Amino acid sequence: MHILPYLVAAYVFVTGCYGLATSRNLIHAVGCLAVCQSATYVLLLAVGYRDGATAPVFSDIAPGSRPVVDPVVQALTLTDIVVGATVTALLLALVLQIAKRHGTVDPDELRELRG
Amino acid sequence: MNRLRLWLLAVGGAGLAALLVAACLDLPGFGGRRHPYGDRAVQASLARHTANTISSVNFDQRAYDTLGEMSILFAAVLGCVVLLRQARDEHRDRPEPAEVARPVRRYALLVLPVALVTGLYVVAHGQLSPGGGFQGGVVAATALHLLYLGADYGALERVRPLGVYETSDAVAVCAYLVLGLASVLAGTAFLANTLLPYGTFNTLSSGGTVPLLNAAIGMEVASAVVVLLAHFLDQAVEIEEEQGS
Amino acid sequence: MSDAVIVVVLLLVAACATAAVVQRDPARQALVLSVLGVLLAALFTVLQAPDVGLSQLAVGSALTPLLIMLCVRKIRRRGRPKEDAR
Repeated sequence: MHILPYLVAAYVFVTGCYGLATSRNLIHAVGCLAVCQSATYVLLLAVGYRDGATAPVFSDIAPGSRPVVDPVVQALTLTDIVVGATVTALLLALVLQIAKRHGTVDPDELRELRG
Repeated sequence: MNRLRLWLLAVGGAGLAALLVAACLDLPGFGGRRHPYGDRAVQASLARHTANTISSVNFDQRAYDTLGEMSILFAAVLGCVVLLRQARDEHRDRPEPAEVARPVRRYALLVLPVALVTGLYVVAHGQLSPGGGFQGGVVAATALHLLYLGADYGALERVRPLGVYETSDAVAVCAYLVLGLASVLAGTAFLANTLLPYGTFNTLSSGGTVPLLNAAIGMEVASAVVVLLAHFLDQAVEIEEEQGS
Repeated sequence: MSDAVIVVVLLLVAACATAAVVQRDPARQALVLSVLGVLLAALFTVLQAPDVGLSQLAVGSALTPLLIMLCVRKIRRRGRPKEDAR
């Protein structure tokens, strides 16, 4: 239990990288990149977790009455998710341009086109 | 060639996995008690009367960092708009009004206002309860697109004047910058939370500039998502290539 | 008790991530990604991060799959001749 969440994050990251490297379709590759990104969220939140603690929101608990988990990593993850989505959108826009200009989204065919 | 590549991938992947596992073994144990940064962030947030510590970290203690994130967001949206504009060899085809199943239509039109209000509520209560500009903005913007499910593309285009959203995206970025500069003019550091009184803990107007920066981010994210989806929808539904090009 | 929940959700996330990578058809991958988004949101909630869970639910299970689907549709429509386009 002590390192299981970290190992899961590492596993998800390596799996995403495998998908990226062996992908036959650029859209699929972008999806794999999203999987890689989710590994970083899992890692960050796992680092900030504290046993028996609650969420760091004090609108319904008295400050100091209970331990809370680390808010800093949560704030990092939060912005990461939204910015990650827009970067995914940018990559997809690039894929659409490639499809328009070259008529294919297979990375191997693209390499052959370039010669 | 291909086989060589797979081998290279396997070797690299195995090496990366080994390094990652070694790193995991050295990390502090999951669920440990020692969180020095977290404890200090909580104290700072309480001192500034912000009930939701995460909003305090995002819009007060690390507001400068959020400025960077916001610029990435803005630049990514700008890039999409440029990449997905209508090219010279393309033309627009009006899609025919599509038949929508009656239950889908009723459900979508029923949920649309609820989702929209939920999104705005989440933005407005960012300094109190879980939520804030980033989440609420996405919820509100995607809620608008229920209209595409419930009615058709033409209806969505009528309630979504794209220029307004593009402008409000830019205005929100400027608002964030102006709020930052205002604290410089007031004699403190850029984006320092000293401009406004901290207010009563756990009320809507608490936290100094946190609610304002939060609202600016909410506006930016909402308009950014609307603009992004609009351009992708345009590509998928309307824009056709000329034949024989 | 909460430890057991965390372990179960972690394993589900790992399994779903594998499925998302192994699924080679982008349209189906978008569906798997949206399931992964919901699972991650559940994981973040049990890790006491409701803010992040909300964000992941909105982005990971709705926005990203939607963008991928639109992209797939555009590219499929290009590949097909005009007569049966729709």
